Amino acid sequence: MNMTMTGTPYTPAKMPESSYLTDGYSLRSWLLTKDHKRIGILYMVSLTVFFALGGIAAIIMRLELATPAGDLVRADTYNRLFTVHGIVMIFLFLVPSIPAVFGNFLLPLMIGARDLAFPRLNLLSWYLYMLGGIITVGVVVGGGVDTGWTFYTPFSSTYSNSNVVWTVAGIFVAGFSSILTGLNFIITTHKMRAPGMGWFRMPLFVWSMYATALIMLLATPVLAITLALVGVERIFGVGIFNPALGGDPILFQHLFWFYSHPAVYIMVLPAMGVMSELVTCFSRHRIFGYEFVAFSSLAIAVLGFLVWGHHMFVSGQSVYGGLMFSALSFLVAIPSAVKVFNWTATLYKGSISLQTPMLYAFGFIGLFTIGGLTGLFLASVAIDVHVTDTYFIVAHFHYIMVGGAVMAYMGAIHFWWPKLTGRMYPEWWGRFSALLIFAGFNLTFFPQFILGYLGMPRRYYSYAPEFQALNVMSSAGATILGLGYVLPLAYLLWSLKYGAIAGPNPFRAKGLEWTTASPPPTHNFAEIPIVTEEAYAYHDMDAETDGREVVAGEDRP
Amino acid sequence: MTTDHPATLDAHDKGPHDSGQPRPAPYGLAHHFEDLGQQHEAATLGMWAFLATEILFFGAVFLAYSVYRHAYPQPFAAASHHLYLWIGVTNTAVLLTSSFAMVLAVHAAKTGNRRQLVGFLVITILLGMAFLGIKGFEYYKDVQEHLFPGKIFNLHDWEAGFWPVDVKSAAGIEFLRHAELFLVFYYIMTAIHATHMVVGLAIMGILAVKAWRGRYTAEYNDPVDMAGLYWHFVDIVWIFLLPLLYMVRN
Repeated sequence: MNMTMTGTPYTPAKMPESSYLTDGYSLRSWLLTKDHKRIGILYMVSLTVFFALGGIAAIIMRLELATPAGDLVRADTYNRLFTVHGIVMIFLFLVPSIPAVFGNFLLPLMIGARDLAFPRLNLLSWYLYMLGGIITVGVVVGGGVDTGWTFYTPFSSTYSNSNVVWTVAGIFVAGFSSILTGLNFIITTHKMRAPGMGWFRMPLFVWSMYATALIMLLATPVLAITLALVGVERIFGVGIFNPALGGDPILFQHLFWFYSHPAVYIMVLPAMGVMSELVTCFSRHRIFGYEFVAFSSLAIAVLGFLVWGHHMFVSGQSVYGGLMFSALSFLVAIPSAVKVFNWTATLYKGSISLQTPMLYAFGFIGLFTIGGLTGLFLASVAIDVHVTDTYFIVAHFHYIMVGGAVMAYMGAIHFWWPKLTGRMYPEWWGRFSALLIFAGFNLTFFPQFILGYLGMPRRYYSYAPEFQALNVMSSAGATILGLGYVLPLAYLLWSLKYGAIAGPNPFRAKGLEWTTASPPPTHNFAEIPIVTEEAYAYHDMDAETDGREVVAGEDRP
Repeated sequence: MTTDHPATLDAHDKGPHDSGQPRPAPYGLAHHFEDLGQQHEAATLGMWAFLATEILFFGAVFLAYSVYRHAYPQPFAAASHHLYLWIGVTNTAVLLTSSFAMVLAVHAAKTGNRRQLVGFLVITILLGMAFLGIKGFEYYKDVQEHLFPGKIFNLHDWEAGFWPVDVKSAAGIEFLRHAELFLVFYYIMTAIHATHMVVGLAIMGILAVKAWRGRYTAEYNDPVDMAGLYWHFVDIVWIFLLPLLYMVRN
């Protein structure tokens, strides 16, 4: 079929006269909004700021690592840099990212609801997120924290001379934002679906949000109380996790990873949901094996709770425990692989167009596969012992977190940008930055696999001279990656004013969100829609229009 | 049966989508729900989901407690022995009675009996405050006996026989360290529980005022219903705390 879109409008689309964006222009109308779409935008703006902060810390680290000697910053500063990079990127960017922005914005639209079940809680969750974020960033301004994002005891609770208490307080508060978001999503999915929107007609993005929300709901409280215990131990000098006072530091690690491993799936499951939307739309093909993709999300959520011990193979936990955790970790690979295979099979006989969101989707498939396969190396106890605390680990989780989650987040921004703003991003620049990010990412992190395998430890500000060539490659890649992230910021802001007007459905995508105007009206649907077909019925859609591009909006009842 | 509905709800509850339609929204229905039944189901499921997070929240502390009780059974028993079981039992009775009053309040709400609703909410609040008062008195007595972790505990010159070991010996110092760990958990668990009580009392206070003003009807009383679930949950947590803290003495 004929899909040669270049971002220019193919219809004389007009901006709708009123939308959620025109419903009040005052600061107050934004800060007190209960509209899920506006809250999604609030999150997007704040996330961008935190992402920039975490990115700046990363850039300073990569500059330091361009030379073997520790010459740019002091060792202590370097410790604070990697800690703030980890904390900000994980707790303030990756965990909220896709759920808080696109989950908030799209979930009600996708299932045909007027809002999330609890709009006030939704606004509260943004305020909690901001409060937590401001506390955490305030600590950085006030001198930083040097424990690493994992807060291992007894260093964090007894010996560290940095401001641990305020940092964990910030994360504690932000955690409740996560819990409330998860709660809202679960109830909304159960109780707010439009007539005809059965569980197996929901877009797979909704399934992955549901699975993510389950983890947010059940794992985050454990992190909250664990960090609170660290705070109590530090403030009162008691020995909950301090072996010198009868406590057990391994218990802290168990409790911490009971959240923090499932948190990996909080970060990557939403990305997988985005993938299912992108791959189907840009190959004009129904998803291959809908039920398998849907249930693999739940399988990942459930199995994700049973594998935390693979972070602790060298901690002194029971050997048999280690074996079980290793075996269970291998099991998680199955649902993850099911997804990758099914996206690939979806492409078969599809009509593929390489627009920007699809480039990110292809990037995700490749990078997530590398990240996932190296995860299998790490799930093997013997190999893990060899590469524990080396750059191999750093490379592995960046392939999942950046190569997976951030690629999908960027893909989602481009795919739904017309829906969020009513305007198209510039396609050429979009494609160019997507390729730049892909190239920069690989140049940054692939050398780190080799460095780690050769034995370069993580979290040191200096290293042996023989590692320099690979480190310089990595730092150079980081520069390209950084540029790749700045470009979209520039052209997306540009497009707010100068981008072509998108019309309701510029990508001719399926899904209820595309049946509304772009940007959608405040209450989403004048009449609650009645759903009569499966998700991703691209075949029927293209058959009806004979593969022609149609005037936006014509293809809906 | 109250009929004096307030003329204005807050802005959120006035669905603009209704403006063009003659269909009047039932009292208490938020704009994004189709009917009160859907709203009630969403609220109920939401509350249960929230309580699930609470179980995980308390669960982690219960787990940590259990690990240490398993590791140090004698010091835990000895420290538990010094808590006031009679105060704990009294407080249990007070709290259970407040939960009973809450059940009656929910019943009154569902039958639209405003007077009873306000009355039972006030009784629930008074019993909850009594619980906190008794708990505060108990904390006072505990601290008086130097049963508070940190300097108060460690710098105290324990009289012979207070602990079943010689506290000057190396083994005795080790023993005290673990007894102190018990106290750490005693204070953390009861303090988190008390925090939940305070939050519950604040919510109940708001509910009582709103109930007095006739904001709840036989058809719309979800907030009372949900507060009831929360209050019973806080009650059940205490049911677990009582044996774990006061009854592990032997």
